[in-house]
Amino acid sequence: MARTDALQGSLDLLVLKILSRRPRLHGYAIMAAIADTSGEVLRAEEGSLYPALYRMEEAGWIRAEWVKKDTGRRARIYELTAAGKKQLSAEESRWQAVSVAINRVLREA
Amino acid sequence: MSLLSRIANVFRAERLNREIDEELQAHLDEAIAAGRDPGEARRAFGSPLHAREVSHGIRVAGTLESLLADVRFGWRQLCRNKITSAAAVVSLALGLGSCVAAFRLIDALLWRPLPIAGANRLYALSRKLIGPEGRPIEDRYWATAEFNLLRDASKEQADLVAVSDADLTDITWSTENDMEKAHVVYVSANMFPLFGLQPALGRLLAPADDRGPGLAPYAVLSWDYWNHRFARDPRVLGSSLHLGNQTFEVIGIGPRDFTGTETGTVTDVFLPLNMNSLAAQQGVNWHHTFLMLKPDADPSTVLEPVRQRFSAIIRAFEAGCAKCLLGMTPAQIERHLQKQLVFSPAGAGISELQKEYRRLLGVLGLMVALVLLIACVNVANMMTAQAAARAHEMALRISIGAGRRRLVQLILVQSALLALLASALGAFFAAWSAPFVLGLVNPPDNPARLALPADARVLLFAFALTILVILLLGLLPALRASAVRPVATLKGGEDPHAPRRLLRGAIGLQVAFCVLVLFLSSLFVASFQRLQNRPLGFSTDRLLLLEAVAPKGQLPVVWDQTAEALRAAPGVASVSMARWPLLGGIQINSDISINGAPPSPTPAWFLNISPGWLATMKIPLLSGRDFGTQDTEPGAAIVNQTFARIFFPGQDPIGRTFDRGANQYFRSASQYRIVGVVPDIPYHDLREPSRAVYYLPFTEVDAKSAPKSIEFSTFVIHTSSANPLALANSLRRLVAQRHNGLRVSNFTTQLDLVRDQTIRERLLAMLAAFFAGVALLLAGIGLYAVLNYSVLQRRREIGIRIAIGSPRAGIVRLVTGDSLITVGLGTGAGLALGFAAARSVASLFYQVKASDADMIAWPTGALLLTALLATIPAVLRALRTDPTAILRSE
Repeated sequence: MARTDALQGSLDLLVLKILSRRPRLHGYAIMAAIADTSGEVLRAEEGSLYPALYRMEEAGWIRAEWVKKDTGRRARIYELTAAGKKQLSAEESRWQAVSVAINRVLREA
Repeated sequence: MSLLSRIANVFRAERLNREIDEELQAHLDEAIAAGRDPGEARRAFGSPLHAREVSHGIRVAGTLESLLADVRFGWRQLCRNKITSAAAVVSLALGLGSCVAAFRLIDALLWRPLPIAGANRLYALSRKLIGPEGRPIEDRYWATAEFNLLRDASKEQADLVAVSDADLTDITWSTENDMEKAHVVYVSANMFPLFGLQPALGRLLAPADDRGPGLAPYAVLSWDYWNHRFARDPRVLGSSLHLGNQTFEVIGIGPRDFTGTETGTVTDVFLPLNMNSLAAQQGVNWHHTFLMLKPDADPSTVLEPVRQRFSAIIRAFEAGCAKCLLGMTPAQIERHLQKQLVFSPAGAGISELQKEYRRLLGVLGLMVALVLLIACVNVANMMTAQAAARAHEMALRISIGAGRRRLVQLILVQSALLALLASALGAFFAAWSAPFVLGLVNPPDNPARLALPADARVLLFAFALTILVILLLGLLPALRASAVRPVATLKGGEDPHAPRRLLRGAIGLQVAFCVLVLFLSSLFVASFQRLQNRPLGFSTDRLLLLEAVAPKGQLPVVWDQTAEALRAAPGVASVSMARWPLLGGIQINSDISINGAPPSPTPAWFLNISPGWLATMKIPLLSGRDFGTQDTEPGAAIVNQTFARIFFPGQDPIGRTFDRGANQYFRSASQYRIVGVVPDIPYHDLREPSRAVYYLPFTEVDAKSAPKSIEFSTFVIHTSSANPLALANSLRRLVAQRHNGLRVSNFTTQLDLVRDQTIRERLLAMLAAFFAGVALLLAGIGLYAVLNYSVLQRRREIGIRIAIGSPRAGIVRLVTGDSLITVGLGTGAGLALGFAAARSVASLFYQVKASDADMIAWPTGALLLTALLATIPAVLRALRTDPTAILRSE
């Protein structure tokens, strides 16, 4: 539970960032990438990852398409849109500002 | 885009759910393949249903989805009761369609602004005065000299425009051609620029064309006329139009949508005002005067001062007209000058059609609105009954957590489905019926023409009406349903009487509306019948009317020779002449003075007739003799009984003399000696009370006893065949072959002229009878449904009553008692409403009064009979109730 809380409000940012580095990932791969790159510290729960993906898709930040995999099954893969790139840089700078502010509070206190 | 895709997703919800499931499943597979424990991976997802639900909610517009579910459910409900639903849709469609059709007609005739710049700044000038028959009338006609004075006096604030009536006129497009009819209007030449109109071709009349009499022989054709008469041939510019002895050059075509200012008539030809000889005549009121305020003028402050100034000018003008006041007593002069000038908004144009049909359309609007209300009450009743039957379902929905808003939505959606289906069907009805009714408005040879576009105005009205119907239908059942208390309902019903009270109130309302429609329609039908069957006093049998004109005028002897030639034609029994036909639309009066006394306060109307006209028309002589060939005008006269009664009370009029037109241009040097008396006959209007009429000899002579030439007359031809019009072609050729300057202007029959008099009454009676029938049918169905429903609902009570030995009469009383009281109350209320309504439309009645006993008996009887018929099935069902079956099923 504690780990999800750490992600509060920043899941969108993480997903957008992952997709900006490595386009065309499916949901599981996004989840795995978040875990991987954060050194297993951050973990996106399935229960919140998919609603977040759908929300961002409806908002037009990412788009999805179905592709056939080698196994013969279909996978739904996501990639960033132009609006998503803009959103990413906005979220990124917001995150930077917040983390700087938090660090300052921690130092001063 | 997001909202759009969410709305789109509503309509593919199933597929969406499958895709979500597939994606989540693929995720699980990957996780398991990556080595996670299947159980753990699944648990990480939580409940798959919940996951899907959350994801679904994000991707779909939720309110819309529930709406769609309600639409599906509502549709299934409608399909379950196919016949009831179809009846509801058809009755609503009839109501909606009739209302929209009535609106289209009313809007097109009375409200729609003319397609000109500044229609909202346009006013028509008229004066209110006491007419020759002692009733207040509104005079809309003005003399050109007066118009010029007013125009010069108001230059700063407003512009004045003169427009004559769009009279059907004989014109010729080249001298050899046959004469044809066109609606010709004389306008002041500033009309086109002031109205902001641009030519479709050539140029329009401009203020420079307002020159003296006869100096601007130019004609502008309307686009409509150019289109149907010349197939839009541009070579028509420069061609010559002959009218009487004048020739006009066509200089341009008007804009496409402008058809003149006379709503209901499409103008064909526009001519300059001063080209009409009447423009130069003092004291002849012949054209309308419009006033258009300058764009920046404020009507509330500018109009009244202008009106005051105009009133003073008009009074001075009329008082200064020495000829007009000749021989009047001071009291008569004062009454003559006592006129009130009125400015009435004329943005929708002005026409006689508006005047004549305003009330009729008002009545029609009232009747269709009532029929729509009756239909709404019927359908609302049906839905209330269904809602009551669904009380269990509603209670269940509420107890498992449906919001009350959602329940109201469910019912409103159902009523919206009904209303939308009905409005689609009603649109077809409206599209057909409005032109159909319009086609019945005028005689077939001169139909009323109105643009009836299905534009934003009409669509907006239809839309608003549909919304209103949805609310009327759905609101009551919706409120009732949402007030359901689940515990009480599921326990077996709380107050079984509540819905019936509501239904009974609705039935009372319906009966009242129905009686109102029946009452009005019986008055209109009776008016029409009495008007159609009124004794005429002359014969219409086999009478062909040949209206002829002589553009250059011809002496009476030429007319006599033509009559002689017609008499010799095969199939002709007898021929006589009158200057114009009876009931043909022309009426001219003059005042009368006896023995040099001041002119009478009431005028008398006249008609020039040839010897033998009385015999052809089968009008008997009461005393005296017919005219002979030696009689001329002035000289002899034949008068009707009313004339004799008014001017020679208690005396024998034969041999007495009178003068006419002391102050008019009919004024003649010598007196008229009465040689005969005839009975009263309708002269101009079938509805008119008897008026004083005198007949003059056909031949008019001037002061030196030389005969005057005659420009138009009507040959009254008694034919031997039953269809007089069969002779028209051969007689037309016969007149043309004589080359004596006479031309045939029109053929008609005296019977058609009489029939044309009753067009408005026939139309109103027909529509009223139709809507009365519909109202009666709907009310009958409504009563039947409500009674039937209440018997069904009370079958347990009825069963028990029968089981414990209640007599049959008691059961009948139980079933019918209170509904009969409701019908009685409704009938009373309807009659009271009918009396109030009849007072405001009394001008449409002919010899009927709202208080006539048979006028009250008819609608009441018809309604009670219908109520009786509607009651029988319910009573039979109640009497057939089998107590054992009922008690066993409980």
